[in-house]
Amino acid sequence: MIPELGHFALILALGIAFLQTVAPLLGYQRRDAKLLAFAGSAAQAQFFCIAFAYACLTIAFINTDFSVAYVAQNAHTDLPMIYRVSAVWGAHEGSLLLWMLMLSGWTFAVSVFNRRIPAELSALVIAVLGVISTGLLLFMLLTSNPFERLFPVPLQGRDLNPLLQDFGLAIHPPTLYMGYVGFSVAFAFAVAALITGKLDAAWARWTRPWTTTAWMFLTLGITLGSWWAYNELGWGGWWFWDPVENASFMPWLAGTALIHSLAVTEKRGLLKSWTVLLAILTFSLSLLGTFLVRSGVLVSVHAFASDPARGLFILIFMALVTGSALTLYAWRAPKLATVGELHLFSREGLLLLNNVFLVVACAAILVGTLYPLVIDALKLGKISVGPPYFNAVFLPLMVPLFVLVGFGAVVPWKKGRAGETWQRLKMPALFAVAFAIVVPLALHGRAALLAVTGGLLGAWTIVAAAQDVSRRIRAKPSFAAGLASVPRASWGMTLAHAGLGVWALGVAFVISYGYEKDVRLAPNARTEIGDFSFGFVGATEAKGPNFIAQQGEVTIERGDHSVTTLYPQKRFYPSQRNVMTESAVDATLLRDLYVSLGEGFEDGSWSLRIYVKPMIRLIWLGGVLMFLGGCLAASDRRYRLAKAADRRLAVDGGTQAA
Amino acid sequence: MRYAIPLVVLAVLIGFFAVGLNRDPRLLPSPLIGKAAPAFDLPVLAAPAAADTAVAAPQRLGNAAFAGKPYLVNFFASWCAGCQVEHPYLMTLARQGVVTLVGVDYKDAQADVSQWLAARGNPYAPILVDLDGRAGIDFGVYGVPETFLVGADGRVLHKHVGPLTPEAFEHDFKPLLGAGS
Repeated sequence: MIPELGHFALILALGIAFLQTVAPLLGYQRRDAKLLAFAGSAAQAQFFCIAFAYACLTIAFINTDFSVAYVAQNAHTDLPMIYRVSAVWGAHEGSLLLWMLMLSGWTFAVSVFNRRIPAELSALVIAVLGVISTGLLLFMLLTSNPFERLFPVPLQGRDLNPLLQDFGLAIHPPTLYMGYVGFSVAFAFAVAALITGKLDAAWARWTRPWTTTAWMFLTLGITLGSWWAYNELGWGGWWFWDPVENASFMPWLAGTALIHSLAVTEKRGLLKSWTVLLAILTFSLSLLGTFLVRSGVLVSVHAFASDPARGLFILIFMALVTGSALTLYAWRAPKLATVGELHLFSREGLLLLNNVFLVVACAAILVGTLYPLVIDALKLGKISVGPPYFNAVFLPLMVPLFVLVGFGAVVPWKKGRAGETWQRLKMPALFAVAFAIVVPLALHGRAALLAVTGGLLGAWTIVAAAQDVSRRIRAKPSFAAGLASVPRASWGMTLAHAGLGVWALGVAFVISYGYEKDVRLAPNARTEIGDFSFGFVGATEAKGPNFIAQQGEVTIERGDHSVTTLYPQKRFYPSQRNVMTESAVDATLLRDLYVSLGEGFEDGSWSLRIYVKPMIRLIWLGGVLMFLGGCLAASDRRYRLAKAADRRLAVDGGTQAA
Repeated sequence: MRYAIPLVVLAVLIGFFAVGLNRDPRLLPSPLIGKAAPAFDLPVLAAPAAADTAVAAPQRLGNAAFAGKPYLVNFFASWCAGCQVEHPYLMTLARQGVVTLVGVDYKDAQADVSQWLAARGNPYAPILVDLDGRAGIDFGVYGVPETFLVGADGRVLHKHVGPLTPEAFEHDFKPLLGAGS
């Protein structure tokens, strides 16, 4: 009964989504305020329908109702409760429902926080979101119904893929989707601006917090995914340039560019058509990610059980959504003419440069990701593009970007002066140089080129980022008054840029000073890696709720004193007859000690994979700092103040009109 | 005009995706197709109850022994799950006698394979033993089971990865059986 209710709620949501699209568009054409106002109610009703359907599926999982095919494929009576809840998005159908929940949630938020936005614009935004909703709901109901019944009902389910039974993964997809889907709001704002032809500073100010919020979730989602891959895949790496990783990274790069070009559009009224194009591209790249994961056109560790029919549907959907937005762009964008001139040595000029580097990096990754597909489609052979390509194109593009970040926070709008900039930046530059030479030598005794470069860029970014806040504080008589005067947006920018610097430090040090070793150790044998000595005590059997494990014991010593003991596991999940590697990690900010079990041999010895990863935590810490920076920037008082001011204006306007 | 560039790029991409949807990125065509099968000379397994005793048991067999008629080279092992899946169909094929079935026991102890075949039946005319996997490397085997069709003239006509299915045999192998003679 409950699954049927969920199914019915989805059908109802489809009807509402259709009305949510058509009514506001008609209202806009006929200048009918009632039809325009319908948009918000429809968005809210749709959200409740989808939240209801989502709750129905979750209940089916909690009760392990195996009469629902999707539950039978992804749950088991031994599955712990937290993974029953997260199993809802463990495979294609449910993750699509989660996508829909996010989309309707974002639309709901637009309908609630829209009071400062002209009714016309907000209705059009909701209508555009309705188009996306309609398409995805059709997709779900026609090809991927999560509520499909299974008969005869199996006594036991096939269980959730053990790879997904990890806390990192339980929260990685929802945050990632929040980001992906969140860019739909920026997309909708862009399309609405193209329809109305009105694109001004106010439009950019309305769009900015939505974009920043989506971006910060995407940042966190990617960070969590990287952390999960490190913990769960057992390869000890944090990024693999896998097509699906790239699929999440491309919207991130485009979204980062969008955040910065929106700032220029708001402050200076420049780069209008470029901003609109970026907003369209960012969401289109999110859709592309969805397509790549679910259609099976590329080989990836992440690919869902793929099905060409589903692939075809998403492809047509993507062609329609992106195609119509770009057609509208080709037609209307020429009218978004920009007034005012742009000096290259000004904040807007530097932001434009930053956009160029970000978009080129994004395009390079797109080319690398799609190249195998294109070569195959042209029947020129089968190839794959690996990390060497991506590292070779991506890293050099990042160097000028990092240099720019430092300038961006210091050079003023309109026109910068070289002398003044030098005054402000000479100390950060000096500090960065000192840091880059001293820290690698002090910590590791040798200066690797990459570590020095990374140290230089990372330290430069962090210290230069702090310039904006410190200048604002110094401008006030007392430190406390100064601190209070710094707006959240400034803190946000500083924190996000510092996060970028922290990330760069982590990357450079891990690559330069990491050790990796595969060894076969008999019980009570030792091996030396870097400064550490790893002793293998032996492996014994251990039992978990739904798995049986071989658990190794590894004692780690440095010099004469013991550091820690690690217990890596090799788990066997009987329900899926699947073997999983559960690595054990001892982490501090300065280094990770990582051990995972390979194969056991008859004499009691095991092959072990041992890593010493200096500063790898900084990579994720950087991601978290960027996320926090996004939180601060999106919640800046200016947006709320502007809200009140706009409302007053709207009320005044209303009285005048009346 | 320049505002229409993104649209054009999109159209091109969509075109490639549409073509890509109908192609399987996991398919790895063998570079051997159309070329002479790699030379092999392998010891013969003392087969329990061979289905076809026409090839009497010299100690070793090479390409020359099979020339003149198309034959299948099936890499298998007793430790491989996919081989269990395709085994019943191989038995059917052997009964139909449409093509000579050469089994290559890949990196597997002779005793294990003999026991495995004794329990399930032996579809292979001769079984060759590739204990160190050298023949597998020459043929470019990624994993067992893999099946190659070698024509009467000794050229590789087709490669199938994974368990051989009736559909795959009818669709990919049968039309080629007459070729290369």
